[in-house]
Parts: sequence; structure tokens; C-alpha cells
Amino acid sequence: MTADEQPSEAAPGVTDAASGAAGAQAHEHETPQAPPRPLLAQDWRRLLRMGAVGATAQMFLALSNMPLRLDDRLLIKPILSFGYLSLLFVPFVVGNRVGHQIKREGIPTHAAGAHEVIGGAVAGAVAGAGVSLMALLLANFDLREPLVNWSPQLADLLAFGNSTGFAVFIWLLLGGLSGAAGGAMRLLRPRIRRVAVTMILTVGLISVMETLVTDLAEGMRFEWLTDRVYARRGGVNWNWALILAAVSGLVSVLARGRVRRTRERIASLEGASRNRANLGLIALTGALLVILPMFTGKLTNELLANVGLFVLLALGLNVVVGLAGILDLGYVAFFAVGSYTAAVLTAATSPRINPELPWFVALIFVVGITGLVGLFIGAPVIRMRGDYLAIVTLGFGEIIRLLFLSDWLSGWFGGSQGIVRIPGAGIFGLASVDGTDPRAVFYLVLAFCALTIYISWRLERSRLGRAWMAVREDETVAEAMGINTVNVKLMAFVVGAVLGSFSGAIFSAKVGSVFPNSFLILVSIVILVVVIFGGMGSIPGVIAGSAVLIGVLGGPRQPGLLAEFSEYKLLIYGALLIWMMLARPEGLIPSVRRSRELHQQEMAQDAWLREQLDEEANGGGSLRASAATS
Amino acid sequence: MIRTAGPRRGAPRTGVDWFLTFLRVAALTVIAVGLLAFIWQEIDADNPFARVVNPDATGLSGEQFRGLVVSGVAQGCMYGLIALGYSMVYGVLGFINFAHGEVFMVGAMTGMITSNKLADAGWWESNFIGSLLLIVIISMIVCTLTAVIMERVAYRPLRGAPRLIPLITSIGVSFFIQNAALVLLGPTAKAYPDVPDWVKDKHTFLQIEGARILVVVVSAVSMAVLWYLVEHTKGGKAMRAVAEDAEIAALMGINVNRTIVRVFAVGGAMAGLAGILWGILFRSVTHLTGFLPGIKAFSAAVVGGIGHLGGAMAGGVSIGVAESVGPLVILEPLGVSGVSQLRDAVAFAMLIGVLLIRPSGIFGERLPAEDRT
Repeated sequence: MTADEQPSEAAPGVTDAASGAAGAQAHEHETPQAPPRPLLAQDWRRLLRMGAVGATAQMFLALSNMPLRLDDRLLIKPILSFGYLSLLFVPFVVGNRVGHQIKREGIPTHAAGAHEVIGGAVAGAVAGAGVSLMALLLANFDLREPLVNWSPQLADLLAFGNSTGFAVFIWLLLGGLSGAAGGAMRLLRPRIRRVAVTMILTVGLISVMETLVTDLAEGMRFEWLTDRVYARRGGVNWNWALILAAVSGLVSVLARGRVRRTRERIASLEGASRNRANLGLIALTGALLVILPMFTGKLTNELLANVGLFVLLALGLNVVVGLAGILDLGYVAFFAVGSYTAAVLTAATSPRINPELPWFVALIFVVGITGLVGLFIGAPVIRMRGDYLAIVTLGFGEIIRLLFLSDWLSGWFGGSQGIVRIPGAGIFGLASVDGTDPRAVFYLVLAFCALTIYISWRLERSRLGRAWMAVREDETVAEAMGINTVNVKLMAFVVGAVLGSFSGAIFSAKVGSVFPNSFLILVSIVILVVVIFGGMGSIPGVIAGSAVLIGVLGGPRQPGLLAEFSEYKLLIYGALLIWMMLARPEGLIPSVRRSRELHQQEMAQDAWLREQLDEEANGGGSLRASAATS
Repeated sequence: MIRTAGPRRGAPRTGVDWFLTFLRVAALTVIAVGLLAFIWQEIDADNPFARVVNPDATGLSGEQFRGLVVSGVAQGCMYGLIALGYSMVYGVLGFINFAHGEVFMVGAMTGMITSNKLADAGWWESNFIGSLLLIVIISMIVCTLTAVIMERVAYRPLRGAPRLIPLITSIGVSFFIQNAALVLLGPTAKAYPDVPDWVKDKHTFLQIEGARILVVVVSAVSMAVLWYLVEHTKGGKAMRAVAEDAEIAALMGINVNRTIVRVFAVGGAMAGLAGILWGILFRSVTHLTGFLPGIKAFSAAVVGGIGHLGGAMAGGVSIGVAESVGPLVILEPLGVSGVSQLRDAVAFAMLIGVLLIRPSGIFGERLPAEDRT
């Protein structure tokens, strides 16, 4: 959003990929250039403050053992591991944000210049000093007692195997350099920045997706290529990293906004041709998803199936949270009820009732029973205010788990022993899908995802969906418009419950056993993070959110592509939730409507600003004065 | 009455209302039957009515019953101390600070670390009261800082955002603090050093453990101090003013931001104190320690009437007693087996029940700002 305030990039609508929707509404006009300010004169305090924040973050990261634990996972062999990246990343961000903040003060800001780099370097060096301090402390004190990661190995890693003095020096230097690079990113013209970002992202992505790509390569017989690109489970070889960066940079230069233009053209299509384009895209994605697993191995398919399960769950929660605006923290309850119902109805080992129904028949009961549970949980809470409702649903989620766990109902659900040896999902006598064949599970999940996506998409555009959105935006107004808010919200609960139960039924067939401990509140929170990260109320957003978070970092128990991160993924989820709410509450791929709601005020401000600036251009001049005084 | 549940006046009764009425009646009936059966059983163990549902019910001896009540009260006092933070923050900002339970956990962790260091130095044994005071002070400082930083980083930028946004953020904060403790301090349960005998053993007076007496006394004293602070100091008056109406308070020359920070600080300090008490009572702490007590403390705040200080304490004690006594008194006569596993469920059920039957809580007459209009 601030990018457009630079005179060099005043071309309308040019925003970098990262600033997305917020940037799209930025002012599309020439901003008058402010007189250059004395170099950093007023900004020392902010530089130091940002640096201190960075230093704290660095010390925390070092103590969390992230550098050591992630050092095995190389990004680029032999230069960069995730361990060192985790430490270098902070000064970079700090350096970048310092520049960012300097620019956002007041409305017409100074032109970007060398002080971006200097400021970034200073702040980055202060942040790097956090690691230096850490190295000093590690060498001179022993705090192993409370801090489990206080180890000589960590000190060794921070010092690159050299002396402590070297560590102190090198981290100041590295922090400064990284911060300077972060600051320098702000100097680049948006087009060059885009190329740079594309290069970094391509190499990073290819390195992260190593398991996926090599697996695919084995299936499609192009190992000769991947064998060269990757050092066996050790990141991209450095020479190939250079080649990849060069190729992606070249592609990015050649494409030069063509991608964006194509996207805009599709977005501007009307009526039938728009639908055709959308259908084509969906068909292409679907075909890719059907064909791809044929070439991949067990692990990848397992991963895809897990992602699919979370897509299902997230789409269900999306109806409740995203469309109707009800914060349900006990969503795992429906997942649990779905799993247990399917288990009780299909497994021969179920303690009390065991009708051993075929899976698809059981599914009908699963849907019915979960819908009823949704009604039962929904009715008492539906009139409560949003925040009370959140806690009470959380309570219900926990109660349901405790009931499944209790001795009282163990005659029905097996207590802590759970229900085991659940047969797979039989598909009309054609095949039986269970955990031994992840590919089949994935296809089953894919089919249900398609169904769920269709249901959500139709619901969003139905009378009910519009009523949900009205309730989300303002309940009182919705009621005044004649919407029966109670019934409508209850419907959201039931629909969400039913969608979540699909996932539960597949889960029990896939894993072959259900235990109360698979249904911790943690699961609810992870699904919530997925929905919020992807974008509340946005179907593509929710799918992308699950793919990125569950696929890369992993679910509550399921490993992702970066299995090394398993210890830290919940920490990252927590941080991500805070950051998303502060910086981008509309999510990765926002739903247009939702982001308008969230940014109402900003959009009004933008409109006001535009008006004022127009006035100023016509001879007024009040804005500059008022900005100077504030 | 706070409009947290129940139909609007004049609105037609719908199916949901009938269902809710049914639920209310059913809940009260279950409680009444369980309670009556229990009382009957205590009066006469062979009474047929006492065995009408559960023929194997054994009832409780007087000693057992008193033990349960005492442990419930002690635990409830801790819930009450934590609930104060929820209640005060809800009063001034109108949102549930979900991460407050984690502040409590931070307090218990700080106490664990400092007390173990003191035990290594030998002070813990030689001067127990002194070291206890020291760890209480350190833990209160750390918790205050945690709460204040939390407010500054995560909540202040969201002032004025739709109500659910800060709530979701606080879930993220809670998750973050919990897992930060996990990666820094490791997943194992960590023990407090051994406490002197007078804390561990039952006293001749009423046969209560010293630790429980300590918990109750400390809670009562800190509650009194807090009451004095809020009701009789200028800062407390500012807090009440901001809780009443932040905008008008600002017009009257009250620094709203500073007042809010102060509220977080006081809430954090109380949570820190509760953390130490938890450590003395249970002598073990993990990174998950904060989660359930946090939610129960929130329930306590609601049960007592959110925004009401005395109510938070009363709610805490009633939740504590209910979860310790409830399973055996109400559920066992009803034929539920393995009742002690359902402690937590009873606490949550009490929250739901209170919201269904009396949403404004026991003492809740004061209304949060949004509901007055």
C-alpha cells in the first residue's frame, strides 16, 4: 500500500504481489513529493526499538533450539539451512519494517533513499546483537536447569564452530547485512522487486517441496533431473539454486505482468464467458488432482489425503465462522461425533451396538446424527453473544471428548481404549478404502471435497447464504430486514456440523481406529487458524490455507512437508494467528465482501484522502498543513 | 439483564425457545433428583428412594464430604484470583482475554524456576516464608510484564475492531505462549521443591492441610487489597469510569490507555499470585497448566457476573466446589460410573447452565457498555 506513494511507482494499480487486496485500494494518483528529511534524524528511537524487538525475537528463537533442530534441513546445500535462515530472517524483516514505518508516518512521505539501507542495517545489527548476546551468555553461564535447550552445541552453531568473540562479531555483521538487504528491498522498483521475490520464492518453494517433487519424479521417471537438483534429502544444490533463480527470474522478466493482466482479463469477463473460464480452470485443477496421485508414492498421497481432510473440515468451519460469523471453537466435537458414529456403525468391535453397516449406509446415519448434535449444541448457544458463544462451544467440544473418554460411556464407545479395527470405506462393493492405500483415500477425500465445495459455493449464493452474511455484518439490521436470525444461525451450525462429519467418517475409515485423544481442542484451533489464514468466507482461500499450512507444516498430529518443523508448528500457528489478525484479517485470499467489511473505515479514509488530494491539486493546501501538525 | 441469551421481550416464542425451556427444566430436574437422592442417602443409607437410580451408590462420610468441600474452596479461590483478570479486562475492553490462563501458567513456571534456584541455594528450607514472598513478588512482576506486553503488542492495535477479532487474536496469543513455554522449557512436568511439613500436613484445627489454608487466606487478603484499590483509590476510580464508558472517561481527563494497561497489570499480578498458589498446592507444572484453569476461571467470572470483582471470587469458589463435590453428589446417585473423570465436564456444564438459567451471573447487575443501549 505504501509502495504507491513513491513517485517512481506512481503508475496506477502497480502493487507488488504481497500487498494484495489492501494495496489494490491504494490511491491511484500522483503523490506530491515531500521535501527530503535529514537522514534518520527523528528515527533513531524507532530504529533502536525495532532492533530491540528483533533482538528479543532472535534470543527467543535461539533458545527455542530452532537453529540447531532445523540445521539438518538444508535449503541450499551447503550454504543455507533452515536453522540459520530462522536467525537471518528476523533482521531482514526488521530492516524492511523500519523502512516501512518511516514511510508510513504522515501522508506525503520522503523519497526513498540511502537511509532506508542505513536504517535497515542499524536495526538489523541491533537485532543481530541479540544472537551475539546469546552467544556470550551461552559461553559464560549455565542455565540448563530451566531452559532445556541451553547446550554447547547451540553455542557452537552460533559461532560457526569458532570462538565466542567470532560469534559476537559475525552476528552483528550478518544482522547488519541482512537488515540492509531488507531495507534495500524497499528501494527496488516494484518490477525488479517482483523479479527478486519470484527468484527467492521459486528456490525456496522447490527446496521445501523436495519430498513431493522427488516422489513425483520417481513416478514420472525424471529422476535424472531431480537427482541433480537435490542433494539427497538435503535441499537444492547451490549451483542448481543459481540456475533455478536465473530461470525463474528470466521467466518473471519475460512474463512482465502478463499473468496479472490475464487474471484481470478473466476477472473482467462477464456472464457466460466468465463462467466458462472458471469452469475451465476448475476442470483443469480437478484433472490435475486426479492424475497427479497416480504418479506419486505412498507418503505424498498420505500427505495429500491429510490436506484433503483438513480442507473438508475447514470448509465446514468456514460456513460457520466465515459465512455466518459465529466463532465456534468446539468444531472438533462434530468431527469427533462423525468419527465415532461411523466407527460404531461399521466396526464389528464396537462395544455396545455393532450393526456393521456398509460405510455409505453408515454415512447417512452419520449425517443425521451429527446434524442432530449440531442442533442440540447450537440451540442453547445460539442466542449468546459472539464471545460467550466461543467459550461455550469450546466447553461443549471438551465435554464431548470427556464423555467419549469416560468410563460411564465406555460401554458404548470404548473409553480411552477407543474403537479399533474399523473396516475401510466400501464403495458400493467396488473397492474398500482404508489407510493401507492412501491413494484411494485421497480420491475418496477428493470426491467429498468436490461435493463440499459445490455445497458451500451454492449455499453462499443462496437465500440462506445471503441471510448468513447479513447476520454476520449486523444482526440487528438483519433482524429488522425480516431474517429469523435464530433459525438462520442454527442452520449454519447444522450445515457446519454435517460438513465436519464427512471428514470424521473418512477419518475413522482411514485410520482404522478412533481414540478420544484424536479430538483435542487443539484440532479446533488448528482448523480455525487454517480458515483465518486462508481467508474467512472465501472458498479458494480456505483450500489454499489448508494446502499451505497442513501441507507444509502439518496438522496437529500429521506431519507436513517440513517434518523438521513438527516441534514448532503450533508455535508458528499461534504467531500466525496473531499476525494475521493484526496485519491482514481478511486472510490470504480474501473474500471480496468480507474484506470490505473489515476495511470499511480505511476505505472511507482513502476516499477522503483522495478527495483532499484532488482539492489540493486544484489549489487548496490544507492537507499538507494538517499532516504536518499531526 | 445482560442479553447473553433468552428471547427479546415481545418476540414470539419459537421452537428454539421451547427447546431451551425444556433444557432448563431438564437440567434443574437432574440436579434436583441427584441432590435429593444424595441427601436421602446421607440421612438413611438404606432408604429405597436413595437407591432408585443407582443401587450401588455408597454416599459420602462426613469426613470425605468436608475434604471435598475444602479442596474445592481452595481450588476455587485460585480460579477466583484468575477470574479477576478476565472480569476486569472484560469490564474495560468488553472482550474475553483468552490468553489470561497462560499468564497464570507463566506465573506458575516462574515460581517453579525461582523456587528451585532458591532451593539450590538453601534458602527455601532455611527461610520458607521469606523465599515464598520473594517468588511471589518475582512471579507477580513477570506476569504483570507478560500481560502488559500482550496488551501492547496484540490488543492495543485492535482497539475498536469488531468484537471477535481481538478474541481470535487472544486465542493466538494463548497458543503462542503455551507453545513458547513448551519449546523453551520442555514438555515434561516440572516439580516445585519440597515444602515444609506445616504446609503439607493436616492441622489439628479442622483437619485441613496448611497449603489449603494458605491458599484461602492469601486469596482473601489479596481480594481485600484489590477491592480497596478499585473502590478507594484514584486509579481504581479511573478503572471503574473506563469500564462504565471509555469515551466519557476520556472526556473527563482520564488517560484511557494508561488505565487499560493498569487493568492488565493488576489482572496479571493476580494471575501470578494464583500461579504460585497452584505451585504450592499441586507442586507440579507443565506448559498445559494454564489452559483448563483459564477456561474454568472464565466460567467463574461468568457465574459470578462478569465485570463484578466480588462475583469473580464467589464464582470461583462455586465452580471449585461444584467440580469437586458435584460429580459425587449429583452424578453418582444418578448411576454415572467413573464420576471423577467428569470433573471438567461438570465445570463446563455449570458454565452452560448458568448462561441458560441466569445469564447475568450471581451478582451481575452491572452491564457492560455495549448492552446498555
